[in-house]
Amino acid sequence: MLGIVSYGAYVPWFRLSRDTIAKAWGGRSIGGERSIANYDEDSITMAVEASFNCVKEIDHQSVDGLFFASTTSPYQEKQCSSLISAAVDLPSEIITSDFANSLRAGTSALRAAYNAVKSLSAKNVLVTASDCRLGFPQSEQEQSFGDGAAAILLGSSSVIATIEDAYSVSDEITDVWRTDRDNFVHSWEERWVLTQGYAKSMERAISGIMKRQGLKPNDLAKVILYAPEVRSQRDLAGRLGFDLKSQLQDPLLTGVGNTGAAHPLLMLAAALDEAGPGERMLLASYGQGSDAIILQVTEGIKERQPKPRVKDLLAAKRMLPSYEKYLSYRQLIEQAPELFNIDSAATTMWRTHRWALNLHGSKCRRCNLVSFPIQRVCYGCQAKDDFEEVKLSDKAGKVFTFSLDYLAGGPDSPSVQTIVESAEGNARIYCLMTDCEPGEVKIGMPVEMTFRRFREARGFYNYFWKCRMIR
Amino acid sequence: MEGIKDKVAIIGMGCTKFGENWDKGAEDMLIEAAYEAYEDAGIGPNDIEAAWYGTDHTVGYLNPGGSLVANALKLRNIPITRVENACASGHEALRNATFAVACGMYDIALAIGVEKLKDTGFGGLGTGRGEHPVLEIRRTAPGTFALLATRYFYVYGLSPEQGKMILAKIAVKNHHNGSLHPKAHLRREITEDMALAAPIIAWPLGLFDCCGNSDGGAAAIITRADLAKKFRDNPIYIKGIGLSMDQMLPLFRPGFDWLGFEANRVASRQAFDQAGITQPRKDIDLAEVHDCFTITELLIYEDLGFSPKGRAREDVEAGTFTLEGELPINTDGGLKSFGHPIGASALRMTYEVYKQLQGKAELPSRQLKNPKIGLSHTLGGPPQVACVAIFGNSIG
Repeated sequence: MLGIVSYGAYVPWFRLSRDTIAKAWGGRSIGGERSIANYDEDSITMAVEASFNCVKEIDHQSVDGLFFASTTSPYQEKQCSSLISAAVDLPSEIITSDFANSLRAGTSALRAAYNAVKSLSAKNVLVTASDCRLGFPQSEQEQSFGDGAAAILLGSSSVIATIEDAYSVSDEITDVWRTDRDNFVHSWEERWVLTQGYAKSMERAISGIMKRQGLKPNDLAKVILYAPEVRSQRDLAGRLGFDLKSQLQDPLLTGVGNTGAAHPLLMLAAALDEAGPGERMLLASYGQGSDAIILQVTEGIKERQPKPRVKDLLAAKRMLPSYEKYLSYRQLIEQAPELFNIDSAATTMWRTHRWALNLHGSKCRRCNLVSFPIQRVCYGCQAKDDFEEVKLSDKAGKVFTFSLDYLAGGPDSPSVQTIVESAEGNARIYCLMTDCEPGEVKIGMPVEMTFRRFREARGFYNYFWKCRMIR
Repeated sequence: MEGIKDKVAIIGMGCTKFGENWDKGAEDMLIEAAYEAYEDAGIGPNDIEAAWYGTDHTVGYLNPGGSLVANALKLRNIPITRVENACASGHEALRNATFAVACGMYDIALAIGVEKLKDTGFGGLGTGRGEHPVLEIRRTAPGTFALLATRYFYVYGLSPEQGKMILAKIAVKNHHNGSLHPKAHLRREITEDMALAAPIIAWPLGLFDCCGNSDGGAAAIITRADLAKKFRDNPIYIKGIGLSMDQMLPLFRPGFDWLGFEANRVASRQAFDQAGITQPRKDIDLAEVHDCFTITELLIYEDLGFSPKGRAREDVEAGTFTLEGELPINTDGGLKSFGHPIGASALRMTYEVYKQLQGKAELPSRQLKNPKIGLSHTLGGPPQVACVAIFGNSIG
């Protein structure tokens, strides 16, 4: 048996009402709301979140592959999957690879992972897809896009859904694109994109795989069709003979938006949340061609962990008060520069990555005291180099004390400075709190750790951990 | 360990006006502080045999060492050492000079400190501490000390309103004291209502809970105690100096209670032991302490043994530490009102103790009655280091 062992999703905390965007421009709202990555989030950090949710109950040592898919990778040159792997704390003997450029990158990575496991070149491959795309200000995409991530672990034991077949078509068409010099997504006329691009490729891939598998529309419990907008998805499903009510998976466009390369996997996660044993599902993505995959849910789905389901992620949210806030989060409006700029050093980040990226502390072998950052000489008993590393990233904690700092500045002012006492040996971690209402912070409040982007310094992005309220 | 009691005396001191000294560079302030001290001691620059110079981050170029003092004062090829120990840098200058004189290496030494904060272009005490590219990147001084206030209020069951009222009383006291000192930065009296209504800098601390961000310089000339009377009739003797560096940053230290600092307790005990002080509240006549924030002063009352643990509030409410109180604290306005040019602060505090013990406070309204023993205290770093020095106006 080969297929999905586990899965996880991530939708950022903030939503922006599309009416708020429309109001800023005096235009028409397409209705509903979209997810907005916080100012300290990007495709890498959201991929880390989804991956964490995916491998929460899995032995990390058993994961020997990580594929990252995105059209909005923060780096054009420098692997991101290696960074995600460190933050998720996967072993270093691992195949890492980045899949980019296409909205099909998520399903392409899934196919590649499937092939790797099938050919026995890897045992368990984590596929994570994440996107944070920018529509031009005042464009419809600005409203219809959303930010989010999903992760799927493929393997050959404890499988909750097998992958039965995969089928792809490629189609050269410049319908939606972003060159190496663009910030925003360009699109040719929408009618043409949807009818000649999306609908045709999707139909070919889906018909192709169903024919090869000898499946009739009624043989599928769920069809998970990526969709840039609702009507063309429903038209497509109708033409293919699916029942819109009982078979068609919600495209998550009203409450999240189109999360790009992550979207097919995010919809798959939502479908798996509700799936029962024996159900057959079809997943199809689009991006200059289409990938179609047939899955079969197993008895193993009953063991599925109830960690945040997509609907939980949708329910845990805070509305952004203004369109300007969104612009500031994406650095689309220039803000006053920080007067105090601390330098960075690639060497320092590299040398300290065991605690700075993996969020490991040190546990003294003599007196058991746990410290963060890793201490070579124990604070408690002065034992030298006699410790083991312990993971703090997946441990809950409590706010020991905090302050709300208006002097530090930044897009989330006041910045919430916290001393967290970790459930791991009461280690103390000084960090910022994110995704929070400063007025709601209290001593004793339970928090969890979250991987975030800090700032650009010396020309590269600096990542570290913050805490947030447990949602 | 023998201690430093009555081995070294201060024979001259100088202190610039603290404040927004836009028209003065660090060198100007070094000159003003040093020349006031020369004049006070009745000596000239060529009498100085060695100098220790405390500054935190004045002059940005690489490895400035002691050159700024040499360039400003034209001291003739003598040893000049720059010392830095965060907010205790001025104390470090005095402490190292004291040990050098006590061991007989030099007869006359200069301890000098300066900070030129108003060239940083930033109106508060720093964001980010530079320990690591990401570890403390948006940490500020008020944000850090506010962590203490939040915890203190929580542990002792004070509502934010009650807690902030206690802190307001400390701010009002220090502003009053500062208003009487011609060299203080902030010379405006404030009321409790003003303090409570002030904009928040780092909750729960408001504007009046934070010290001035100031320029300034201060200097001391020291000699061996047995030589002191050759220079003046009323030298001030050093009775004890303690310094403690907490062994791990409080931000990450397991079990740190955020109600005070071990460094304060250890440094003061070292100094008290040397000076023979057994009852700090009784034995000390005035104390200049490191009130970078009002909450810091409140915790120092407890750390230095002036108030029982958790009960400093009662002493604040009773007016124990006012100019007329049982133990006047920060009689010149403290960091709060006199200002906090980092490397100069310890020597500015010492200047106030020195003048009070000589009966030479500028105005009769702020001169204490017959003080004999005074103390200066700094707390610095992230915060991690404390220094306590004790002074007296007679031997024994």
